[in-house]
Amino acid sequence: MSDTQTFLDTLNARSQQRGVEPTWIAARRQAGAARFDAMGFPTRRDEEWKYTDVRTIAQGNFALAENADFSQAQAAAMTLPLDAYRLTFVDGIFSAALSDLESLPSSVQVVPLSKALADNHEAVGGPLGRLTGVEFSTFAALNTAFMEEGAVVRIAPGTVVEKPILLQFLSRAGTPVMSHPRILVEAAGRSEATLIEHYIGEAEAANFTNVVAELMLDRGAILNHYKLQEAPLGDMHVASIHVEQSRDSRYNSYNLNLGGALVRNDLISDLNGQGAETHFYGLFFGQGRQHVDNHTKVNHNAPLTFSNENYKGILDDRAHGVFNGKVYVKRDSQKIEGFQSNQNLLLSDRAHIDAKPELEIYADDVKCSHGTTTGQLDEDAIYALRTRGIDKATARGLLTLAFAGEVLEQVALDVIAERVELAVAGKLPERFNLAGLVETAAAFND
Amino acid sequence: MLQVNDLHVTVDGKEILKGLTLTINAGEVHAIMGPNGAGKSTLSAVIAGKDGYEVTQGSVTFEGQNVLEMEIEERAQAGLLLGFQYPVEIPGVKNIYLLKSALNAQRVARGEGEMPAPEFMKLVKEKLGFMKMDASFLQRAVNEGFSGGEKKRNEILQMLVLQPKLAMLDEIDSGLDIDAMKVVADGVNSLRAGDRAILLVTHYQRLLDYIVPDKVHVLVDGRIVRTGDAELAKELEANGYEGIEESVA
Repeated sequence: MSDTQTFLDTLNARSQQRGVEPTWIAARRQAGAARFDAMGFPTRRDEEWKYTDVRTIAQGNFALAENADFSQAQAAAMTLPLDAYRLTFVDGIFSAALSDLESLPSSVQVVPLSKALADNHEAVGGPLGRLTGVEFSTFAALNTAFMEEGAVVRIAPGTVVEKPILLQFLSRAGTPVMSHPRILVEAAGRSEATLIEHYIGEAEAANFTNVVAELMLDRGAILNHYKLQEAPLGDMHVASIHVEQSRDSRYNSYNLNLGGALVRNDLISDLNGQGAETHFYGLFFGQGRQHVDNHTKVNHNAPLTFSNENYKGILDDRAHGVFNGKVYVKRDSQKIEGFQSNQNLLLSDRAHIDAKPELEIYADDVKCSHGTTTGQLDEDAIYALRTRGIDKATARGLLTLAFAGEVLEQVALDVIAERVELAVAGKLPERFNLAGLVETAAAFND
Repeated sequence: MLQVNDLHVTVDGKEILKGLTLTINAGEVHAIMGPNGAGKSTLSAVIAGKDGYEVTQGSVTFEGQNVLEMEIEERAQAGLLLGFQYPVEIPGVKNIYLLKSALNAQRVARGEGEMPAPEFMKLVKEKLGFMKMDASFLQRAVNEGFSGGEKKRNEILQMLVLQPKLAMLDEIDSGLDIDAMKVVADGVNSLRAGDRAILLVTHYQRLLDYIVPDKVHVLVDGRIVRTGDAELAKELEANGYEGIEESVA
């Protein structure tokens, strides 16, 4: 039996359980299944998957979760301690009990996909799949075939959403299951919001999450998008994030990857209107035998657009990282600026990184740069810190954190920055960013 | 306080120190002088615990403890601190963070507990002022993009904050203009105390006009060949090391 057949069988069984669906959903599902069947899982002969072997997913046997049972106490321990509007999904299934949308203003909709479809499926049908079609990848096709749950976020024009919108995905231990969440964000003109995707779960879990997010930023909209991936170390995690940016919009991506056995992120931003601006900040930390692959692409489809990308990889033990960042400048997209940097730190001799920055430019009046470096901790610096009484583990932690600093400094949410700090550097004497402390120092000068 | 006894050290199979013996008591300032290649920097590096130095014979004892068996950080925690000739740049690690981490690591190791933030800031501010350094130094990454003089001041600032029992200063005067040297020397002199000792390693007598040592040792070819008071340094300045080397040979 081929690898795809197991998934198609699960899909057919699910279709029989499901009631009648609106025609467009059934048609998309079918198109997704057909595309998935035709393409099959990628192999390392595919250029886009040259460094990432997905056989552990392809040959896995993943059921679909049947309920969202999860103890309140356990969920509370995993939930980011943030005042946020929160939707929780357990192995892909929405849990109303673990969600909290209290005081959500009427100018903002945060709705589970299942409910959005039930309420007004036609309003979902237009935008859904517009950015990430079934042809994008095998995984996008698979997601489309299976999609049932996820989140729809709609922000009315000019609305500034004060609290972050937190989409929390919990992964349970037990029989391996798969989920195919679908996230749709429509940020209307001059709106401003912070969206957090948070993946976490029970340590023994070994599930497969295959998420597709489509984010549409209308004129002048600002979206801060945090993806904190702390999935259990046995989880497989594949994410496709596609952003569409109209004129003068600004998208800030914080793609922070700490968990998962096999992780693949595709992040694409289409800068379609003048003045659109995108910032990709990424940090990936791998240990053990983790495999973390980040593929990013910025499409400068319009003149006077700006992109800045800074990805840092930290790899320990026998972890394997991949960075493939592409900046594409469409014909006659003049006066664009596109900057890209990728730096990697290898903490062990057996850790490995494949880094590939790419520029593809079809305009002549542009300002672009890219670069990638890979190195190890500076032994002289470790020695210098130890001669001041700082133990070796703390010295290594300090230097590792210093490496991650450029990206972490951009993380405005302290709760998230501190979690990442703890994960990559261990417990340090205190928060690395000492801006507050120096303010105290300045106060002493008065 | 510090006893170095018949110390033999090899680097890459080559013997650099060939039986060095030295005793430093609390309250004293010692200077070790000698020509290039005599092994001056090797001594302080071995005491600080730098890799690549093999002790083949002899001992180093600090307040009764066998220094050579201690981890690098344990030596610092015990009160042995080395000021580098070439301070290392540590991108991304702010000075304030180094100072705070180091001070608290030492305090915790001594069972004193961490210093409260306001007290720490007051201490740092006072020492910064003494070293004529701007508060912006705290926000800068350790030594990154610092001039030679700034790096040396930073080494002394660390000494003033960490208050070691034995401060070892390796060629602290190299690369300093006269004004910077005065500031550095004032910093070092402020460390002089009855319960503390200072070991200066220097090539030139110039520094010793500002930090007057109690004892001067001349190190030639891995051994101390002469010991005297501050006058010995002046003699060396006048006559150079040649005469001394000949007298040994």
